[in-house]
Amino acid sequence: MEYFLELLFSGLTRGAIYALIALGYTMVYGIIGLINFAHGEMYMIGAFTALIVSSVLSIYGLPLPAILVLAALAAAIWAGAYGFTVERLAYRPLRDAPRLAPLISAIGMSIFLQNYVLLAQTSDFVPFPSLVPEFAFLEPYGAIVDSSGLTILAVSTLVMTALTLLIKFTRTGKAMRATAQDRKMALLVGINVDRIISLTFVTGSALAAVGGLLIASHIGQINFAIGFIAGIKAFTAAVLGGIGSIPGAVLGSFVLGLTEAFATGYVSSDYEDVFAFSLLVLILIFRPAGLLGKAATEKV
Amino acid sequence: MSHAQFFLFGLAALAFSACVAETSLASEPIKIGFAGSLSGDLAPYGLPPLKAVQLVVKEINARGGIQGRPVELLVEDDACKPELATNSATKLVAGGVKAVIGHICSGPTKAALPIYQAAKVLVISPSATSSLLNRDGEYPFFFRTIAADDVQAAAQVDFALQTLKAGKIAVLHDKGDYGKGLAEFAKSLIERSGKAQVVLFEGITPGAVDYSAVVQKIKRSGAEAVLFGGYHPEASKLVGQMRQKRLATPFVSDDGVKNDTFIKVAGKDAEGVYATGPADASDNSVTKAYQEKFRQAEGTNPGAFFDNAVAAALALTNAIAKAGSTDPEAMARILHSEEVATPFGPIKFDAKGEPVGIGVTLYQARDGQFVQVR
Repeated sequence: MEYFLELLFSGLTRGAIYALIALGYTMVYGIIGLINFAHGEMYMIGAFTALIVSSVLSIYGLPLPAILVLAALAAAIWAGAYGFTVERLAYRPLRDAPRLAPLISAIGMSIFLQNYVLLAQTSDFVPFPSLVPEFAFLEPYGAIVDSSGLTILAVSTLVMTALTLLIKFTRTGKAMRATAQDRKMALLVGINVDRIISLTFVTGSALAAVGGLLIASHIGQINFAIGFIAGIKAFTAAVLGGIGSIPGAVLGSFVLGLTEAFATGYVSSDYEDVFAFSLLVLILIFRPAGLLGKAATEKV
Repeated sequence: MSHAQFFLFGLAALAFSACVAETSLASEPIKIGFAGSLSGDLAPYGLPPLKAVQLVVKEINARGGIQGRPVELLVEDDACKPELATNSATKLVAGGVKAVIGHICSGPTKAALPIYQAAKVLVISPSATSSLLNRDGEYPFFFRTIAADDVQAAAQVDFALQTLKAGKIAVLHDKGDYGKGLAEFAKSLIERSGKAQVVLFEGITPGAVDYSAVVQKIKRSGAEAVLFGGYHPEASKLVGQMRQKRLATPFVSDDGVKNDTFIKVAGKDAEGVYATGPADASDNSVTKAYQEKFRQAEGTNPGAFFDNAVAAALALTNAIAKAGSTDPEAMARILHSEEVATPFGPIKFDAKGEPVGIGVTLYQARDGQFVQVR
């Protein structure tokens, strides 16, 4: 029973990690229908920014929670700026181009940003400090639950709720939904579509950056390529849950994380990916739009 | 031009070319090749060996070459890719080399060996450790100046059984050629010893964001030691998460882990981790001499496999000198039978080209650096 609980928590942690990245993927796809392959790079840039900011702040001897909050803010702002710029430079000029063009542009952006960080920083792995404090009340359960895993779990649930509320109940959210449904019509009723799309990218990138900070703090190391590997898994999770759906991304991430953890625990970690991707194939056969995705009706 | 004139001209040309051939015989350079990863992310493994070989060649040429013939070095970059290695090998063979120092990575070495074999070119690798290379002695002209992976696995298993006295051992790897190969050797050695049981044998996914499930599995298996075959990024994540889950099981790994980056990244979790690696040669006078020369020329400390490449270059040039020719059979005979002074002490090679005299040593991370155990 204890072993089951250990695996359960391990799966939830993995799922929450995927969810933090998948949320940004799914949000951008939901609004403009673009698979933003450079999203993983926002996660990586966020982690690097947090590393630099937290190293500087720890020289000044700030307490750990303050460093965590300030580093998260800095990472979110910096990555948000990158998201804005990338959208302006690489996607906006291609908005009326065939769908494949922005996709290729996104892959190019991803390669460019990876190599840019490689040249500007280093090709080596760098240690990332543990920024999440150890919670004293978790001490008796230390073998099962750890504080960084729990924080990631809490933050991803919080972010999912906040995003859902933003999109459902605010004016901006309404504008986002309108843009998603019909860009030209949204323009006609006076929505500044360009601004809404920029905002979507900034929010998505900022989320990825916060995820980058938390995940890097959990695994203790970063390099320029982490965004690619994590991005692929998060993308899988988003598709599994129904790309474009925010609760779907979180559900898909948890399903993927739990499958991997239980496959590792009860079968073998050699087959971790085999189980994960078999599940993806099965779900897509029976629910082509993903777990919570709506089957899109073709607009005529 | 009349016939007579033509004939005279031809005669003169013939005499002249004969003359050129005559003089060049004595001082015709001995061509040797170097091939390895000189660009890309594995360049740090290929550049120090190149520098080592250049140092030795420069020194020999300064002394007047081998039996009056200068040594000429031809350099090829394979970027540690098998498909480029076959190109490099073909180019070197076409360039007329009689012996090659390289390649650096095991995969490219494996790909290039048939080409060298067909051309009867002798190969000494300073760093390719795969035990699958020349396992059946199918390449009589292949040698290496580094201990093969099975030697490393044997040292790890020996340590786990004798010193740690582990009765239950978990063997993990990163699913790569190098890590999995090592782990499979370790597993079969443990099973053959009959003294311990392999309670877990698994491959982990490199680059994954979390290894806690596999850590829980190690805990459940009741392993008293963990052997890991792979590189430092996975090792540091694995050790970090083991310690986070209050699992203090000894962690024994390989020379893919025994480096400063591992200690830097794993931080305090690195303390106490064991890793095998090439024997520490820093007290040897040959090592000191070449490292000093490198420092004078470059201003930094030599990097990975520098000592191994110096050993390869010294063994090769000694064999050419003693054999008095670049005939591969003659060179191989000398390499097999006569000891040569290298950074690792006197070495020679066994029937499959494995070095006799270059072993592996077990290290432990203590206070931020790897120190020798035993």
